[in-house]
Amino acid sequence: MPETKVALAQVPPTGSNRADSSELLDLADRVAGWARDGEQVEAYVARGTHTSVRVFGGDVESLSSAQSEGVGIRVVAGHRQGFAYAASLDPSVVEETMAEARDNARFGEVDEWLGLAPPDGVEPVDLDLYRPELADFPTDGKVDLALEVEKATKALDPRIKGVESADYGDSRVEGAIASSLGIRIASRRTTCSIWSSALADDGSGTQTGSGYSVARTPEDLDVEKAARDAVEKATRLLGATKPPSQRLTVFLEPNISASFLGIISSVLSGMAALKGRSFLASKLGEEVAVPFFTLVDDPTNPRAWGASRFDGEGLASRRNVLIEDGVLRQFLQNTYTGRRSGLASTGNAVRGGFKGTPGVGARALSLTPGELDQPALLASIGDGLLIQSVTGMHSGVNTTTGDFSVGIQGLMVRNGEIAEPVREATVASTLPRMMNEIVAVGGDIEWLPGGAAGLTLAIGDITLSGS
Amino acid sequence: MAPVIEDSVVSRVLTAALRTGGDFAELFVEDRRASSARLDDGKVEELTSGRDRGAGIRVVRGETTGFAHTSDLTDAGLNAAAEAAAAAARGGGEGVREVALTSRRPERPSRAEVLPEDIPKSVKVELLKRAEDAARSEDGHIRQVAVTYGDGRRRFLVANSDGLVASEDQVRTRTSVSVVARNSDGVMQTGYETAGGTVGFEIYDKVQIEDVARMAARRAADLLKARPAPSGQVPVVLKRGGGGILFHEACGHGLESDLVGRDASVFKDKVGSQVASPLVTLVDDGSYVDEWGSYGIDDEGHAAQRNTLIEGGELTDYMWDFLRARKEGRESSGNGRRQSYQHLPMVRMTNTYVLAGDDDPEEIIRQTPYGIYCVQLGGGQVNTATGDFVFGMTEAYLIEDGVVTAPLRAANLIGNGPEVLRSIDAMGNDFETWAGTCGKDGQGVPVSSGQPTLRVASMTVGGTGVA
Repeated sequence: MPETKVALAQVPPTGSNRADSSELLDLADRVAGWARDGEQVEAYVARGTHTSVRVFGGDVESLSSAQSEGVGIRVVAGHRQGFAYAASLDPSVVEETMAEARDNARFGEVDEWLGLAPPDGVEPVDLDLYRPELADFPTDGKVDLALEVEKATKALDPRIKGVESADYGDSRVEGAIASSLGIRIASRRTTCSIWSSALADDGSGTQTGSGYSVARTPEDLDVEKAARDAVEKATRLLGATKPPSQRLTVFLEPNISASFLGIISSVLSGMAALKGRSFLASKLGEEVAVPFFTLVDDPTNPRAWGASRFDGEGLASRRNVLIEDGVLRQFLQNTYTGRRSGLASTGNAVRGGFKGTPGVGARALSLTPGELDQPALLASIGDGLLIQSVTGMHSGVNTTTGDFSVGIQGLMVRNGEIAEPVREATVASTLPRMMNEIVAVGGDIEWLPGGAAGLTLAIGDITLSGS
Repeated sequence: MAPVIEDSVVSRVLTAALRTGGDFAELFVEDRRASSARLDDGKVEELTSGRDRGAGIRVVRGETTGFAHTSDLTDAGLNAAAEAAAAAARGGGEGVREVALTSRRPERPSRAEVLPEDIPKSVKVELLKRAEDAARSEDGHIRQVAVTYGDGRRRFLVANSDGLVASEDQVRTRTSVSVVARNSDGVMQTGYETAGGTVGFEIYDKVQIEDVARMAARRAADLLKARPAPSGQVPVVLKRGGGGILFHEACGHGLESDLVGRDASVFKDKVGSQVASPLVTLVDDGSYVDEWGSYGIDDEGHAAQRNTLIEGGELTDYMWDFLRARKEGRESSGNGRRQSYQHLPMVRMTNTYVLAGDDDPEEIIRQTPYGIYCVQLGGGQVNTATGDFVFGMTEAYLIEDGVVTAPLRAANLIGNGPEVLRSIDAMGNDFETWAGTCGKDGQGVPVSSGQPTLRVASMTVGGTGVA
């Protein structure tokens, strides 16, 4: 049997391409300085160090160590935009990338609203998102965390027949943006997580459930919680059957409501509104949801996993109220969409990495929570379906038409109590209707990995399709 | 030319990787260039160029894999990555095992006739405009058109401690059109169509981009009259090509030997058993000429091949990568793929399709008194451990008294893989394929699926209407 204790040497620096955040910023600054007359140039430079460990059956299945780095360069000249990227900070590669971006700009069409973000004077908040301890945390310890979560998952319940995968992952990332308009900002962050996917079987068939814990440093990871959630989710679905088709009220578990908010935020994209791809495009100032629905995006909140000092164009992050007491107050804007709408950027430029130009999106969404925890909320409403997991979000939800149809697993709720488990069914409605059929907002708010906080959310008049 | 690394360097790196007692070491060097162009909202928004180059090194010792990757292709960079991978897979012993490169295969050239990199950017821009014009003139209700062109050239070299050295040049080209239609009542609908292959720019001699665009526009415009899809269990006829994703989700993932090995597949221990209707013969074929999911060698250096997975309803084999095959003492089936040098290879599908049967497609519809005729699917998701899967219908119609009638709004279909496979009761004599991206464990790879027109006796439709 292979040993399970493994030590890992980080890939040591091997050239001139090592830098701390200030060096990344200097590099970005240098690229921005290449702007010619009549040209705007922006460089986004990023670097990350990542570890991932996967264990199976008490052994390490794989252990990866990686460094990634790259630059994305945007050139706007004569209101035409071009972009190029390279997964390398090698000086000659960066120069080639600059030339490519410049050449690409010749082929974009003139769009009077195109242009980089001018500094807007908003001071970025200081956010404490980096823990130097992560860099010093021994690899053995990371492996142990993955092994522990697998072991804990198996030990919690005799009906757990296996753990499909147990993982540890972490990353330390740094990013810097500089532009010829005077943007100059950098930040860094650490995150680490453990995951467990449990397989439960009591003779009635296999059910799955996953649990996780996320933190900024491994010392703060909660192995017990990850294991307990995975086991509870898998075991409580044992014996699940296809429910009869009906109309009912659904209760979205916090992780599902967080995804739901993410969907709503794409409808609130200023870009989607401008291009006629949002069903809310013409509804500014109108009631679009129930009066107790207040949706805020606030990446300055340090508890949000999507918190960040600045957005994808280097403007300071800020708190934006999107829907207030059910009334649509504003769309999310980046510099382009803001300018074209006659508004300023709301600091909501987002980019997926150095390989793309900034789009528009939310990073830290939350609803104003209600008063009741989940059991009290279920009790106050009585009957319905508690949705534990969904599938087909990408194939069954359309933010342009508002159609909503997803596969679900969950538990029926009767007389306020959790009853039998169900599977192989779908729930459907439309997004505008769902926003107006919200029955209750739970008080059990928690920040989840990704761009939103979750809480139990009850939505009425949903079609459950089963047998 | 594949990335050039001297043989002596390759041997030295592999020898270093085995220094801590590994059984197997592999060096994967990749050089990828990508270009894309996007037209939206009536304008060519931007052109993007990208370059990604680096090496991944894995060391296998017993059940444990150590992996490291680097973008530094100097001798020092490769050695550092080899050291890191070796440390990650470290065992008790130290050893010196010289690696000799004894099994050299000539580079597999791309079959592309016209390299996209030789096409002027202005020609790519022209393609976008032709597509837009065609879409907009198809129907008066078209409000928005987005056209995305992308090409990629991926050259890699893979060498391992068994002495193998192999390399390949892959070229892929693809264009997608997505359209929004709106009527005077403010109802919006979307339509999408794509055409791509493991081919060069010559694809546009065979595929008229205008046809692709018109198809997307037609779809959106026709859906303006759509009614909500029914809710509940109904027979589903899948048009040729449009329903291949059913097999990708219903059983394709469950036949990946890594998931089988984790007890995470309902198809475990089912080889030799009848798992589908006798009408079903399912093949995964990476050697399918010019298809979107094709290649000459997989990312572990094994030749792509045609693998029969289900024959006449009987499960004949799973798909295999190097690691899983080695564990079972058999040959890889050429299904070891990775998104890039930054990822570990795993078992992946290529072009997965069902062979044509004997039925007349029109007769299948005529003999369906009531049901759904599904022309295009938008994507899907499966839980391989339970077999439950969903996929979204993006173009579907009602069948009433054997005639295709009203268009239906988008909805997900849900089913259980083994049950759905068994309930296929008609198989057409036509055939078509469909190109997409398959995501697994965070890695996306190009795949295609295909099938003749066929009927599933019963599936659950997740609409809001009355069945």
